[in-house]
Amino acid sequence: MAEITTHQLVKEFPGGVRAVDGLDLTIADGEFFALLGPSGCGKTTLLRTIAGLEAATKGRLTIGDRDVTELPPGKRDVAMVFQDYALFPHMSVADNISYPLKIQRVPKSSRHATAAETADGLALHGLIDRRPGQLSGGQQQRVALARAVASNPTVFLFDEPLSNLDARLRLEARTFLKRLQRDLGVTTVFVTHDQAEALALADRIAIMKEGRIQQIGSPREVFARPANTFVASFVGSTPMNLHTATVSGEHVKVAGSSVPIPPSARSRVSDGDEVIWGARPEYLRWSTEPVEDSIEGSATIVENLGAAALVTVDAGGTLIQLVVDEDDEPEMGARGWVVPRIDRTLLFDGASGELILDDTPTSP
Amino acid sequence: MTRTSPTDQEPDEQPVVETAPKRRRLDEDAAGLGRTRASAFVAPALVLIGIFLVFPALWTLYLGVTNWQLTGLAAAEPEFVGLDNYIDALTNDRFLDSVFRTLVFVLGSALIGQMVLGFTIAWLMRTAGKTLRGIVETLVLMGWILPASVIAWLWLVLLDRREGTLNSLLGTGETAWLLEYPMQSIIAFNIFNGTAFAMLLFSSALASIPPSQLETARMSGAGTWATLRDVVFPNIRGHILTVMLLVTLWTFNVFTPFLLTQGGPGQETEIFPVLIYRMALETGQLGRGAAFSLIMIVINLAIALIYLRVLRERRQK
Repeated sequence: MAEITTHQLVKEFPGGVRAVDGLDLTIADGEFFALLGPSGCGKTTLLRTIAGLEAATKGRLTIGDRDVTELPPGKRDVAMVFQDYALFPHMSVADNISYPLKIQRVPKSSRHATAAETADGLALHGLIDRRPGQLSGGQQQRVALARAVASNPTVFLFDEPLSNLDARLRLEARTFLKRLQRDLGVTTVFVTHDQAEALALADRIAIMKEGRIQQIGSPREVFARPANTFVASFVGSTPMNLHTATVSGEHVKVAGSSVPIPPSARSRVSDGDEVIWGARPEYLRWSTEPVEDSIEGSATIVENLGAAALVTVDAGGTLIQLVVDEDDEPEMGARGWVVPRIDRTLLFDGASGELILDDTPTSP
Repeated sequence: MTRTSPTDQEPDEQPVVETAPKRRRLDEDAAGLGRTRASAFVAPALVLIGIFLVFPALWTLYLGVTNWQLTGLAAAEPEFVGLDNYIDALTNDRFLDSVFRTLVFVLGSALIGQMVLGFTIAWLMRTAGKTLRGIVETLVLMGWILPASVIAWLWLVLLDRREGTLNSLLGTGETAWLLEYPMQSIIAFNIFNGTAFAMLLFSSALASIPPSQLETARMSGAGTWATLRDVVFPNIRGHILTVMLLVTLWTFNVFTPFLLTQGGPGQETEIFPVLIYRMALETGQLGRGAAFSLIMIVINLAIALIYLRVLRERRQK
């Protein structure tokens, strides 16, 4: 059980690319922590630096009360699960799971007993003598997890643990993973580019871009109060509507219409400010009757999402997306009014893209 | 299954499944050329193969059962001697010594030398910096791409008794390397010659190992030896066998050591190809030389078959 701390951690690759740029981060003991970001944001490099597979250029890294910055990966007491699982194809499941124990020179009988026990705990009974090639993708992933669990480390590191599974299996594996982490209570860091995965699994999420952390917070916080427009557009299964707007009295002018200033930003803006108005498609409603404080437009594209539909509305050249219930699906080309939930809309600074928020934030 | 008898075959009968593709291959005429025109296309190649491969092979076969010589009476009227040449070979000390020497040569230069050294260089270069890797690879490759005659000359200069580079480097006075250590010299020479090939193949083999497997070993705390044993060798087993087959066969057939020692001193470096050359062209016993060549081909085939079988068994597993 251990807390992970980085102090001004820098990882610079030859050629001057800073994949991790002066990072200060504390991951609490037992926490399920997600590193989220687009490709090339440095999240995997950070994970590999924690693992010891990459040497930090500057800064310190501690796990528990040990400074592990200079330690080789095998001495850090961490276990990693790779995206491709990295199972040894020539070894049985039992040998794969007990491989770290073999390196630690645990006698064969006792390490195989541990392997069998761990395998049973991860729904792998009866597969212990098979080769990885004879297993399904989900089973292979559980073998990789079992190998990490069997070595009883203080920290788990998962590199895109679910991305090699097909969509349906991924949901199952996600639930499984979350339960496993809860049960074991081991500090876990995982890397993903899938915001839905991060929201679903993590206790806290760090959203990264170009080697720097944009925001750290609970899934609820980063979803409801994204620190800037980057986080706002990255988190959420449909990207947030972000449109330039001008403050005018108690309202902002956006897309040719006028909507009220969100309560969370009211005291921080003044007349004439250039801002970015943000609203998640889920927090917009479609009305066929004129409504006050709404944006008028016509439905141009309707994408079916199953129980809901994603509607793209053209409001005087500005495209606004909203999610409507299957029963309220508008006809293509129909005129209507987009009604925002004012308390869920956000304002970002027009220049810096930072969230404009009252000093006393109302809890989301 | 086939066009001729579509009804009387059951797909799950083993023999049918086996014969079907063969018959189909004969039946199918994908290009629509017909047998005559198709043969006309193949004919030029067949003629060339016939002239340059099949005929010499048959000729060697014929020579092997005669006492044909380069000069003298037997050159004018070779006599049929049956299997005498072969019986001679297998009871002849010179032949048997040569086989033993060839084994030492192959073992020393191909298996231990080229393979072990080639793998070691490939393994070390994996983590080396770009510059160092470039330099080492160029040097190693140099040994391979330079013409054998050039390399032989370089080695003659290196090992020369009076003004040899090696003697002045090691301060070993006037050691006549090629006379005092002839077999060691040609083994070293051949290692220099062929290591590049093993290194290149092993480099690409090592690159084919999923990095995550190597990293898993590192995360588990495995050292170099454990990593090689548990991750590297199992992953590149097929490559190792291929390299082994190729370098063994090549080394078995290699003639360039002759440029260094002419098989001498005495017969100390008379490996098999050199023996055949000396037998056929220096002493002029063409018939015997041909018989020896055939024996060599058979040995080559045997080596190839053994390797191929092992390889196939591995694949099936």
